[in-house]
Amino acid sequence: MQIIHYLSARKLKIMEKVKVIEIKKSIFEENGREADELRAELKKKGVFLLNLMSSPGSGKTTTLIATINAIKDKIKVAVMEADIDSDVDAIKIKEATGIESIQLHTGGMCHLDAEMTRQGLDNLSEGLDLAILENVGNLVCPAEFDTGAVRNAMILSVPEGHDKPLKYPLMFSICDVVLINKTDVLPYFDFDMDKCREYIAMRNPAAKVFPICARTGEGVDSFANWLLEEVALWKN
Amino acid sequence: MHELGIVFHIIKEVKKAMQENNCSKVSKVVMNIGEVSTVVPYYLEDCWNWAVSKEEGFQGCKLEIKMLDAVTWCDDCKSEYPTVAHGKTCPHCGSGNTWLLRGNEVEILEIEAI
Ligand SMILES: Nc1nc2c(ncn2[C@@H]2O[C@H](COP(=O)(O)OP(=O)(O)OP(=O)(O)O)[C@@H](O)[C@H]2O)c(=O)[nH]1
Ligand SMILES: [Mg+2]
Ligand SMILES: [Zn+2]
Repeated sequence: MQIIHYLSARKLKIMEKVKVIEIKKSIFEENGREADELRAELKKKGVFLLNLMSSPGSGKTTTLIATINAIKDKIKVAVMEADIDSDVDAIKIKEATGIESIQLHTGGMCHLDAEMTRQGLDNLSEGLDLAILENVGNLVCPAEFDTGAVRNAMILSVPEGHDKPLKYPLMFSICDVVLINKTDVLPYFDFDMDKCREYIAMRNPAAKVFPICARTGEGVDSFANWLLEEVALWKN
Repeated sequence: MHELGIVFHIIKEVKKAMQENNCSKVSKVVMNIGEVSTVVPYYLEDCWNWAVSKEEGFQGCKLEIKMLDAVTWCDDCKSEYPTVAHGKTCPHCGSGNTWLLRGNEVEILEIEAI
């Protein structure tokens, strides 16, 4: 009798020590809050942040070079390159455009969150009009984590196929702009541009679609003009 | 890769809850994971076990995963159906005018800590 009593008392004591803490919180919630704060600060400073996403190799760096060269005389631009473990892209951008370009180390992470983006922005010089983030090449994870960007853009390249909007609905639904890159290889693939536009509209009727060829610069002007307009609106 | 990022976010959130409750050691974390959340439970556990071994106060912390079914709503015939079996197209009326009601959760439910 006594032993049982002792045991249950002991058990009770241990149970008392262990707290069950209810959290019931989505892991995206905190990041969402940090992203909203960052956007508000950027608004105050008049800095426009563009988040550029795509699968690996769709042409983010090449597109950025063409776009930056089209706008760098009009506004002050800098780039943050998020790569898992190399600074190849950051160097490429600097060499091809002459603008400020830094490498963000993601430490093996498959996406950037608002906090990492803020750290990157802290390392850029003051007085920027436009900061561009080249996110990690991946169509899933970056879509789930708001970086604090004012606008999201993504690149879908022709070899990837026109049905990608059906396979990665979240990515397409959060992007304000979809660039369809590598139009120079359209003759060699069964890529259906009309179908692609239709699928994008199903996910996101408001998305702007710009077919481009980053290699030759064809179509990049329309995107560059859109970007200039958005930056001007943000600074108002 | 994706799961590792998620694990870091979980740890960050749990640390905050521990601080608020004056706890220094956590023994269990219970998660709600939706069927179409893009998180693979098996990978999540793998990443978890690796990450907690390096984190002070997290050694040996168990991860309990509760899977939640995904359900889609059809706005044309006003009915629900299981998402994984039928995708975007309603099995009752064939409409594509449908949206996900639940099943994309990645949620920390509760933790046990001292
Ligand atoms: N044919 C063709 N090739 C292109 C075009 N744009 C980019 N490429 C090529 O596609 C490859 C990848 O381009 P990047 O700009 O490095 O792509 P990225 O998305 O930055 O790649 P990661 O940073 O590695 O994810 C390179 O070999 C480019 O030369 C294009 O418009 N047409
Ligand atoms: Mg690149
Ligand atoms: Zn229906």
